[in-house]
Amino acid sequence: MRPIVLRGGRVIDPSQTTDATIDVLLADGRVAALGESLSAPDDAESVDVSGLIVTPGLIDVHVHLREPGQEHKETISTGARAAAAGGFTAVVAMPNTDPPIDSPAAVGFVRAQGEAARAARVFPSGCITMGQKGEQLTEFGELIDAGAVCVTDDGKPVLSAGMMRMALEYALTFDLPVAVHEEEVTLSRGGTMNEGIIATRLGLTGIPNASEDVMIARDLMLAELTGGRVHIQHVATRGGVELIRAAKAKGIRVTAEGSPHHFTLTDAAVEWYDTNAKMNPPLRSATDRDAVRAGVADGTLDVIATDHAPHHYDEKEQAFEDAPFGIVGLETALGLAYTELVATGLLDLSTLIERMSCAPARSMSLDRIGLGSLRVGSAADVTVIDPRAEWTVDPKTFLSLSRNTPFAERKLRCRAVRTIVAGRTVWEGGR
Amino acid sequence: MTRQQEPEVPTFGKDLVGLEELSREQLTALLDTAEHFKEISVRPVRKVPALRGRTIVNAFFENSTRTRVSFEFAEKRMGADTVSISTTGSSVQKGETLVDTARNLEAMGIDMVVIRHASSGAARFLAERIPSSVINAGDGKHEHPTQGLLDLLTIRDHRGPIEGLKVCICGDVLHSRVARSNIHGLRRLGAEVAVCGPVTLLPPCVEELGVTVFRRIEDAIEWADVLNVLRLQLERMKSGFIPSLREYNRVFGVTRERVENAPRDLLILHPGPMNRGVEIDSDVADGPHSVILQQVTNGVAVRMAVLYLLSGGRPEQAETVKQGGEG
Repeated sequence: MRPIVLRGGRVIDPSQTTDATIDVLLADGRVAALGESLSAPDDAESVDVSGLIVTPGLIDVHVHLREPGQEHKETISTGARAAAAGGFTAVVAMPNTDPPIDSPAAVGFVRAQGEAARAARVFPSGCITMGQKGEQLTEFGELIDAGAVCVTDDGKPVLSAGMMRMALEYALTFDLPVAVHEEEVTLSRGGTMNEGIIATRLGLTGIPNASEDVMIARDLMLAELTGGRVHIQHVATRGGVELIRAAKAKGIRVTAEGSPHHFTLTDAAVEWYDTNAKMNPPLRSATDRDAVRAGVADGTLDVIATDHAPHHYDEKEQAFEDAPFGIVGLETALGLAYTELVATGLLDLSTLIERMSCAPARSMSLDRIGLGSLRVGSAADVTVIDPRAEWTVDPKTFLSLSRNTPFAERKLRCRAVRTIVAGRTVWEGGR
Repeated sequence: MTRQQEPEVPTFGKDLVGLEELSREQLTALLDTAEHFKEISVRPVRKVPALRGRTIVNAFFENSTRTRVSFEFAEKRMGADTVSISTTGSSVQKGETLVDTARNLEAMGIDMVVIRHASSGAARFLAERIPSSVINAGDGKHEHPTQGLLDLLTIRDHRGPIEGLKVCICGDVLHSRVARSNIHGLRRLGAEVAVCGPVTLLPPCVEELGVTVFRRIEDAIEWADVLNVLRLQLERMKSGFIPSLREYNRVFGVTRERVENAPRDLLILHPGPMNRGVEIDSDVADGPHSVILQQVTNGVAVRMAVLYLLSGGRPEQAETVKQGGEG
């Protein structure tokens, strides 16, 4: 593979507090050198990236790639390509497939399919409990050996506090993060959107904030009790943000996600019964949305993650209560994050990269294999971003197999123009 | 040459999905038109040709007897050709989606669909996807606009103009599409509206709809001119919303004693079917304050008005239609 030298770009790498106009040389799948007017090998591909931003590859730690079992929604291959088109060099695939990823063989399958895609890296996650049933722990050690980077029963909460305690304790042997979808289902009562006046008007059962908050509170307490690593997925409530902020101040080992749809939209987007505004946790009030924004800004929510959840057109083309939860997010995340958080002055570019690359890498221990950094010797995973790009979301152009987004026709700023994984350009476009 | 329209006579859209979308003028025109059509149902020959040649499908994806029969009578008395389908025996059982069912019906050439469905928003979903008129006959917990209209008509019959009346909706408001249609319709016509029930059965943030909340039925009765008593689905007890039917009757039941002690001459409505001895006592249901059977009678007239106005009929020509003209 030819080396690549990226010349003249603004390199922003929060992992080494770099923000400078320098060249980046990628060779043998590693970052070989950083510096002004680098000399490159003769066979190197020289890419002029002046006016663009060069960052450690973006990482989305929360995506649903649907394979095995629901390949009509997405495959690992199409998902990995969609990720690359969104500027992501790595994703963590959730294990709630059919069957669920709860055995070393299943983890190995996801990893192999990911490698075959030759797009963004696909890191498998494994279930916390066999079949996501909440009854028996999976073989964490075996799953890790097969390639899993975390365990999660995502899509479902771990109902039993006792089981959650044991998962956090057992994971300590491997220093493995336990990622959790926080929902007290007896409070959700089969609800399909945020509890509030809009749900009442539409005649839809609401999911109260407390459904999420009580489980976040529980798991923070269990993380404190056990010393385990808890990763709270897609935080959507002001109460959740406050609880995590307080837990971090106490030194509890917690990382947490803010999702683009939760920091952009409110439950007003559901009117009238837009199934592309149906996800779990649901879009909530403006106060909650603002709390999620503030949480991402101050690092309480240290990771921006999409919860990319593809569904086939026919599945969303139903009455609201009958349609499944979830929206695609890989190809709109960077634009939304920039437009909603950077262009509004809440975050600077460096912090955005921290939330979309460095912190996600650390949350899943991917920094240990050189991800989320452009230090010399790190993996040659690089995203080249055009912060001045202005574009309109057109779901027809998505590389994802699915089109279920509430952001169609939204005008966004900033997009990835080149995605490099292990020194190989896996996606190029935009400019 | 088209005649200049009187500005105060409203027009109607393609569909009737909910009362929330209707203006005061539209509501009044619907009620006035229904008032004209009441008389058709008491003739020896209960039929006018207003909708002759129109095809209407009653698509009931959820069980219903009274609403379906009421729509069928209304359609037949207006001279329309009608077909009724229900979930049992239809291709819905074979996994066909709502939109495919509708498109297949559409392909056979129809003018209107009356839809009852267990999912909130199903009527709007259909209305946005087919060119025929869609009439909501109850969608999940959202709205049941023709029930709301017949309640308005019945209240108006007995208490004159709706404006300024105090109407309390009692019971399981949380799960009730009737409650939502009542709240929107009554408020649009200027009534003061309250709800009363155990908080477990009241929708969150319901006061933001502009209604007063009473937690005790005694306080509601002290306040109200009209009570609309909702049916309590008996399975609510199993789901934990209330501890027992007995206690529900003791604490929230509309009993004879409570009605007789009311400061005003109460008007009592109930959308049916009733659970006698639970939300309402038989003495009250069958007593002098009750207008429950008149609601049923008015239901046919209201539905005739809805069918007529949505199919392009003009409110000011209702009298002509009644005389046998085709409007």
